[in-house]
Amino acid sequence: MTLRTNNEEVIVTEQLTKVYPGDILAVDGLDLSVHRGEIFGLLGPNGAGKSTTAGMLTTRVLPTSGRAIVGGVDVVAHPAQAKRLIGVVPQSNTLDRALTVYENLYFHGRFFGMSAKQSKVESLRLLDQFRLSERAKAPVLALSGGMAQRLMVARAVMHRPSILFLDEPTAGLDPQSRIALWEILSELHSEGQTILLTTHYMEEADQLCHRLAIIDHGRMLALDTPERLKASVGADTIVTISTDTADREGFAARLRSSIPGATGAVPIETGVRLEVQGSHGVLPAVVAVADEAGVAISDLRLDEPSLETVFINLTGKDLRE
Amino acid sequence: MSTIETPLLIPNRSARAAGVTAFRALLGRDMHVLVRNLREFLPRTLLQPLLLVFVFAYVFPKIGQGIGGSGAAETSFSTMLVAGVVGLAVLFQGIQSVALPLVTEFGVTREIEDRVLAPLPIDFVAIEKISSGALQSLFSAIIVFPIAYFVPATPVDLNFHWLILLTLTPLACVMCGALGLMFGTVFNPRTLPMLFGVVVLPITFLGCIYYPWAALAPIKWLQIAVLLNPLVYVTEGFRAALTNSPTMSLWAIYPMLIGLTVLFTFIGLRNFRKRVIA
Repeated sequence: MTLRTNNEEVIVTEQLTKVYPGDILAVDGLDLSVHRGEIFGLLGPNGAGKSTTAGMLTTRVLPTSGRAIVGGVDVVAHPAQAKRLIGVVPQSNTLDRALTVYENLYFHGRFFGMSAKQSKVESLRLLDQFRLSERAKAPVLALSGGMAQRLMVARAVMHRPSILFLDEPTAGLDPQSRIALWEILSELHSEGQTILLTTHYMEEADQLCHRLAIIDHGRMLALDTPERLKASVGADTIVTISTDTADREGFAARLRSSIPGATGAVPIETGVRLEVQGSHGVLPAVVAVADEAGVAISDLRLDEPSLETVFINLTGKDLRE
Repeated sequence: MSTIETPLLIPNRSARAAGVTAFRALLGRDMHVLVRNLREFLPRTLLQPLLLVFVFAYVFPKIGQGIGGSGAAETSFSTMLVAGVVGLAVLFQGIQSVALPLVTEFGVTREIEDRVLAPLPIDFVAIEKISSGALQSLFSAIIVFPIAYFVPATPVDLNFHWLILLTLTPLACVMCGALGLMFGTVFNPRTLPMLFGVVVLPITFLGCIYYPWAALAPIKWLQIAVLLNPLVYVTEGFRAALTNSPTMSLWAIYPMLIGLTVLFTFIGLRNFRKRVIA
């Protein structure tokens, strides 16, 4: 039977778990709740379990245990019902190669029960909205990567899904297409569309998402707004000190105890990363400590805390690895 | 199952009604593509039977190299070949219209990932493939039949048994669609050449196209071995529907066609599920 969820919750998962054959634990007891109208991000490195999670929510992956409710429908018990409520933009191009650009939309509308006329009107409107009208009669193989991506988004939202899923939507797109897609998603959001996207690009998560779940090894490490996640670092400035000194541990410890406002210092591959609350006068202080310790500095950089900082603090590793 | 609160634009209806609509729309899409690609569909469907009939039933008799003797025997060969050619066309269409696209959709384009998101149970996405293949098989049987009838140089002596023709044709078409689904889920782009070289070739050569099954009696082991070949029941069935020649018993043909349809559908659905749901 249909399960009712809180009106504001479009997705709810309870202890959602996926173990692939060979005892590969891809998602480990995930509890999520996505609210109506928000852009929700699953951020994590490759292999963290993001796509598996999206797969379970979109009926493509069967959970090993736990529950997932999308738009009030249990996706495992009633996948066909759930499919009417979701729109999916997968990682790879799944456009229908036998059809033209226009027909890809037209038949999608028909699959979802639109009348021929309604589907035609909607297809033309979407082609216009997604700036694809000129290519309406082209075979989809003739589209560039960015255009194919836009067409997949148009197709996914055509039946007005309760939630739009995008799996690594900008992977492999050129920078212009990426920005164009971000604009489209912001536009859809302003029309009230709930969106869940997976990404391993921090800028994308930071720019687009209202709330983020940081995932690694199938487990959720943090869930909050990008701002609050960054604030949780407890510092407003990150100083990256490049040096080839052998004793980076010792240098880090020295910085931590000597720099006013230092909240943490960790050795990294190229030197030391220092977190400071209050950046005033920090550079001369760092240089002074380095002089005192006899450490030669080759570069100094000041940044605001980023999601990358958050990720490194949570996992001890770089998201880019 | 109660109806759910569906978003704007989508008719709010039961899951079953939505599924039926989606199924029909998927078939509509396939037929649209078929009509659009008629210029490819026709030569692909017609050339093989045309060559077959032309060489065996036109060229051979003309150059005095008739198969099965001369005179009355030649007439019976042309007559017998009609059922074989139509049966072959049905089988080929089932493979070409279901198995080949599926292998591509699974292995190369991943289009299948979108098709299984259509709002119906995934088993029905696969069953739609069988239905679409069966329709295309039927279509090719209809267009190939005149070739087998008019091209031979010797007269073709047909006797229509309508009850058999009207029941056997859809059954044979559905069986070939199901065979297409099974092959499409078993083979991948790398192993696809095997499908033609190792599977389809023996099916066609040993499918009782050029000889009736009863004529294999002198080679008993072969007569028994070809019973594993699904095409045998199709060609023998068409022979029973179109001629007065002696054929395998209808009591064997119908149950075998039904049984093979069930078997191929079962294996096809199981493989399909395995490949689209992780």
